[in-house]
Amino acid sequence: MIVEIQGLRKVYEGKQRVVAVDGIDLAVAEGELYGLLGPNGAGKTTTISIATTRALPTAGTVRIAGMDVVASPAQARCAIGVVPQYNTLDRACTVFENIHFHCRYFGFSSAEATVRTRQLLEQFHLTERGTAYPTQLSGGLAQRVQIARAIAHRPKVLFLDEPSAGLDPQSRLAMWEAVRGLRQEGITVVLTTHYMEEADSLCGRVAIIDHGRILVEDTPEALKASIGAQRVYRLDLHQCEAIPTLVERLRALTGVTAVEATESGARIYAHNADGLLSEVLQAASPYGLRDLTIAETTLESVFIRLTGRDLRE
Amino acid sequence: MTQNPSAPHPSAFTQYLRAFTGLLQRDLYVLRRELFPFAVRVCMNPLLFLFVFTYVIPHMSGGAAMNPTAALAGTSFSTVLLPGLMAVAIMFSGIAAVALPLAQEFGVTREIDDRVMCPLPVPAVAIEKICFSAMQSVVAAAIVYPLAYYVPATPPTTHVTSWPFLIAVVVLASLTAGALGLTIGTTVKPQQIGLIFGVVVIPITFLGCVYYPWAKLGAIPAMKYGVLINPIVYMSEGLRASLTPSLDHMPPSMILLMLCLFLALLTWLGIRGFLRRVIG
Repeated sequence: MIVEIQGLRKVYEGKQRVVAVDGIDLAVAEGELYGLLGPNGAGKTTTISIATTRALPTAGTVRIAGMDVVASPAQARCAIGVVPQYNTLDRACTVFENIHFHCRYFGFSSAEATVRTRQLLEQFHLTERGTAYPTQLSGGLAQRVQIARAIAHRPKVLFLDEPSAGLDPQSRLAMWEAVRGLRQEGITVVLTTHYMEEADSLCGRVAIIDHGRILVEDTPEALKASIGAQRVYRLDLHQCEAIPTLVERLRALTGVTAVEATESGARIYAHNADGLLSEVLQAASPYGLRDLTIAETTLESVFIRLTGRDLRE
Repeated sequence: MTQNPSAPHPSAFTQYLRAFTGLLQRDLYVLRRELFPFAVRVCMNPLLFLFVFTYVIPHMSGGAAMNPTAALAGTSFSTVLLPGLMAVAIMFSGIAAVALPLAQEFGVTREIDDRVMCPLPVPAVAIEKICFSAMQSVVAAAIVYPLAYYVPATPPTTHVTSWPFLIAVVVLASLTAGALGLTIGTTVKPQQIGLIFGVVVIPITFLGCVYYPWAKLGAIPAMKYGVLINPIVYMSEGLRASLTPSLDHMPPSMILLMLCLFLALLTWLGIRGFLRRVIG
């Protein structure tokens, strides 16, 4: 396993004691594209910070390519590439110089650094932007430069912290393409995200994380299948006092696998059954049905099922 | 996949050395592009100071009453100022090369996070800042010397008795200035960095035996001993002892000892502050 995290805990002492990471164990195999999915404040960034030697754990160990990140951080950094949430590009240097100096820090000779920089600029379609300064780049381009720089020293594992935060949809797709490309190069990728589409479409394996703990971990397909339903109906009612009665009635319908009461209505997990929609409508209309949404089950459904909350809450 | 082409498995020392050199090269490269602002920053304060106090005032009719030279019993004020202004240039380079950029890197841009990901121990990243700053300080001192020599109406009396002592003082003073900049840059909140000029830089300059020799403070004992906690005192007195030895100055051994002590103390404080800022 290229990334091994065992019993990781991080507690910030202070006026308000915060347990940011509360016993995380995970292992990522070489070449995997692994996702940590969870809401803001779930402990994803802290986990990544510890794994990339930027924070010290309160307890537990992290090994990257066999190296303990606390005992030998400088050695571990050779195996790690990081793209943090915010733009840390060197504002005083051009795009070319950013990558070039990064290579120099990691022991490349000047000539080797130049070759590697040119190759990366081409790979990430940045050749024309080589002489631009980071402040002149859009968010999407800056993100691409950061990824190119992070892998310049040929790390074994690339950590991406919320890579699509603040990107427009088009830049996000371009970033996804770039990340998929890395996988073909054999780089292991660990990313954090609170976008379930991102985890679903990019990652081979996903850990859903909340309050510093991993709730469940599997492939996106298996996680979605664990719901035992293909559809989620969400009902909003005018008469909230009638919800318990309605929930009972809905449970009796064929094709429905589970029903949960929500604040303003009910959430129904169901198979793709013919005629179920009209039965649901019939059952709900006496209670003043205000709105109905139908969605495929997603990783978000899994999160809601596990925590009762939305990812964005 | 190939490993880093130059060396698949360099020894830890080689790896650190390369990263350290890389950081230094990057800083020098960026400085090269900002040579003009650097020169202006270094020259402006001593140039104006020398112009007003050692050129304009001595040329005024009846200027003698305002002329600080009179108070120093025959010693030209320019001789007092030369080492003092070099010390200020050295100290100020430490602030401008380390403290101010750090405030930006810790604050708005978080660029420091990338520097910290270099494959060398984090304290070495801080030490690189001190070394880079010290290089600028040496250059600044070398720029101020001719200014302080040629601008005054009466040139200062300079005489180097011991070159090794002069070199030791300049190097130690420059490193101490970098360490001071690191300590300030990591202690002060980035939003409050503007305050350090009023709260730190100006007091340590005026109370740093820059504009008067320490030996002449006998009449005010509280000040004579109070200023000993100010590292700038040893920078000015060290340069006084090595460049203008005709003026009374502190014993050279005391100067070297105190510069070493302040260098050790400020480096320790600076690295501690740096680690606290960058490692969560």
